Amino acid sequence: MSFIKPKITHPGLPRNDIGLSIRDYEGALSTLCAGCGHDSISTAIMQAYFELSLEPHRVAKVSGIGCSSKTPTYFLGGAHGFNSVHGRMPSIATGANAGNRELQYIGVSGDGDSLSIGLGQFAHAIRRNINMIYLIENNGVYGLTKGQFSASADKGSTAKKGEANPYSPIDPVLLAISLGCTFVGRGFSGDKAHLVPLIKSAITHSGFALLDIISPCVTFNDHEGSTKSYAHTRAHMRETVYADFTSQHEEIVSQVSPGEYKKITMHDGSQVGFKRVDEQYDPTDRLAALTYIEEHRAKGEVVTGLLYLEESTSDMHDTLGTSKQAMSTLPYEKLNPGAKALERIQNRWR
Amino acid sequence: MKPTSTSDPDHFHQVVDCQWGCPAHTDVPHYIRQIAQGNYTGAYLENRKSNVFPGILGRVCDRPCEPACRRGRLDEEPVAICRLKRVAADLSDDIRPMLPPKGKSNGKRIACIGAGTASLTVANDLLPLGYDIVMFEQHATPGGLMRTNIPSFRLPATVLDDEIAMIVERGVDLRLNTRIDSLQALLEEDYDAVFVGTGAPRGKDLELPGRHDSDRIHIGIDWLESVAFEHTDSIGENVLIIGVGNTAMDCCRSSLRLGGKNVKVMARKPRGWFKASEWELEDAEEENVEIMINHAPKAFVIENGKLTGMKFDKLHYDIDENNNLSKPTVVEEVIIPCDDVILAIGQDNAFPWIEKECGVDLSEWETPLVSEKTHEASIPGLFFGGDAAFGPKNIIWAVEHGHRAAISIHKYCQNEDINDRPPRGMNLLSTKMGIHEWSYSNDFDETDRLKMNHVDIAQRFKDIRIEVELGFDAEQTAKEVERCLNCDIQTVFAEKLCIECDACMDICPTLCLTITENGEEEDLRQRLRAPANNTDQILYVSDALPQTGKVMVKDENLCIHCGLCAERCPTGAWDMRKSRVDIPYATSEQR
Repeated sequence: MSFIKPKITHPGLPRNDIGLSIRDYEGALSTLCAGCGHDSISTAIMQAYFELSLEPHRVAKVSGIGCSSKTPTYFLGGAHGFNSVHGRMPSIATGANAGNRELQYIGVSGDGDSLSIGLGQFAHAIRRNINMIYLIENNGVYGLTKGQFSASADKGSTAKKGEANPYSPIDPVLLAISLGCTFVGRGFSGDKAHLVPLIKSAITHSGFALLDIISPCVTFNDHEGSTKSYAHTRAHMRETVYADFTSQHEEIVSQVSPGEYKKITMHDGSQVGFKRVDEQYDPTDRLAALTYIEEHRAKGEVVTGLLYLEESTSDMHDTLGTSKQAMSTLPYEKLNPGAKALERIQNRWR
Repeated sequence: MKPTSTSDPDHFHQVVDCQWGCPAHTDVPHYIRQIAQGNYTGAYLENRKSNVFPGILGRVCDRPCEPACRRGRLDEEPVAICRLKRVAADLSDDIRPMLPPKGKSNGKRIACIGAGTASLTVANDLLPLGYDIVMFEQHATPGGLMRTNIPSFRLPATVLDDEIAMIVERGVDLRLNTRIDSLQALLEEDYDAVFVGTGAPRGKDLELPGRHDSDRIHIGIDWLESVAFEHTDSIGENVLIIGVGNTAMDCCRSSLRLGGKNVKVMARKPRGWFKASEWELEDAEEENVEIMINHAPKAFVIENGKLTGMKFDKLHYDIDENNNLSKPTVVEEVIIPCDDVILAIGQDNAFPWIEKECGVDLSEWETPLVSEKTHEASIPGLFFGGDAAFGPKNIIWAVEHGHRAAISIHKYCQNEDINDRPPRGMNLLSTKMGIHEWSYSNDFDETDRLKMNHVDIAQRFKDIRIEVELGFDAEQTAKEVERCLNCDIQTVFAEKLCIECDACMDICPTLCLTITENGEEEDLRQRLRAPANNTDQILYVSDALPQTGKVMVKDENLCIHCGLCAERCPTGAWDMRKSRVDIPYATSEQR
């Protein structure tokens, strides 16, 4: 059993704008089951940060409890990290973001962590529009406790031993859009070609960006009766909007006609181009998006792609009018005006 | 691309760069693993099977395996394969009882001319089959160029004697001091086949003014031979060696041991265009031999009938961006004083003893035309091998020639078609021991190549017989063996089992795996995860994968055989399997 991935690598590996190779974005060697979708997502995350030339130490990774929540250890070893209590990652992310708005935040959660124990926290992080990307590595089971159905398991899908799930699932995508989330996408761990640009777009989005990523559990949920297996997802995936991320430096080169192609300029000047695979779909029309996703879900299809985007909204800091400078870097005297100032304030109500 | 045919033994053989690069195809990773396990005798026998002279080659092989070593392509130095071979020879038990004895006589007599590498290999391969081998040697001792041209500070006579004896004492009729002066006469004698392994015994001369006016101008290989037989035991203090190949290195280092104080090697071209192996240059320079570049010899300077120096044109070359040398221009003429000059500018084949009348077809250079496949000349039953066949190569090639010729001779004597060569085989065996455990040391070891210890400079010049290299000690050996990347432990892919979870791609440290749409090789190479520009190295392409119809592509170039792809594969689609190439020998058919 290997516990360390050899440092040796391909001498001709490409380097990004800040001189790093993809291997500089790695973390520790994964201890998840071999073939876990989560590991593939970790690689997609590394690829996205590598391609965006972001410095690992300017990123903060936050997570809760579960297989998914272990994964921040396995990417961006040079980043900050906080592995928090079950379902409480959004609180930690909110606090951290309030304290230092200059870092880029990535929250990694699972269907259990976000849709069961942490559903309330999840909803309020969206409501406050925390500037972060929030990944739900969605496999439909509680893998860490031997494969019970989670809140995202489809009604009628079966567990490994055959019993069927009696409950309807919570769809995090529909939930997030209805809660007013400003960036909602769905990807599949087995399709990095689409997942990486989706993550890059999410990172560039200003505000809360939710990505629901179907991530098969090879140990407990990759069998025939599963609706979250590799084979089932591949057979029922409906790629709707292909997000084609272009950073501010690059020129958009597109083969498709303007009618099919729509560009949105992100906060930092980079552009996300949508290639609409399904012509009727408009990812900036919230009501239409909800209807479309609901319709296809009823047909047993998994709609993937960049499903809803509303740029130019205000995040938590804008709404609260906080300091433009990261609070963590403000001088102590400014952060804490002292007992006399407190007394003055209190005296106003005496 | 079409799915790679892994049933072709050459496919996985090519991945084992060292073994593929070795003319005799020694299974290097296998014997390194045996050394790692302390099985020195096994390692020696494994070597002996293919290269016959592990103790000799472990010291003086030209090591085509090392430049081929994958480790060298990972921005590092290759594994010290040759040095490890010597470890096996140094520490092996006496293997003589394990060698097959001479078989019951089959009534066939084979004449071998010359008792060098190629002839000895032929004898080694044919003795167990019951052939009577008659071997003719002009000198008083066998060994050929291994004895006459390699100085004893690199190859001690005891090592040479020992490995030759292992063959000869099993029943070769060795006739020393017997020079063959007529092929015609030999062919008329009662031999079933004749093998010529007489080497390339003529050193090239340099016809310049003054060449024949002094007895202090020597021809390199002749001079080395007279040193080896102790006919020459001294040289002047100032020696010039002309030429910068491996013979030149042996000449300059030998000179230092016979009284030379100021020894210069004169090269016509700049460094980088030298013929000598990098390590032989290093060893010579360690002994303070000066290598003077860009000097073209012009004349010998003779004063009062005595050699006093040599005249050279100092040259200038331009080197273009593709590393090509321009035509030289002469900068000036210089005279470099000296007492002796040794000419080491190459050697030729010489067959004054092959009469035109005996009917051997010759090339325009008066050398026999020999088939590269069968080693047979134009006369049925007459075979050539070693330097005598295709001109000067190195010892390991001569061994391989011997093996091939032995197969031909056996087939010829059994009235079989010698062009019908026995096929190679390939055996694959899984190394899986547990869920994530392998029966080989799969962890990548970052240790740098270990340096060989040498005898102290002052000490080594006292006697030409003092071997300079000390060999690896136990601790060095234990470290060096772990540097081997186990390229014989193959990554074998079963597409039917693949669920395209990407785990293998994600874990691979050198990013050599990609799942993508199929295409032509040139196009496919552009779409892999890491640059795949080394077209000498093959792509391993699977059949269409069950779920998406894409293909798995592996660029074999930089795989470190760490087994992580197979460890991370949930379905066992990847497996690490030990490959063994089955190389046929004359004795293979005996079974």
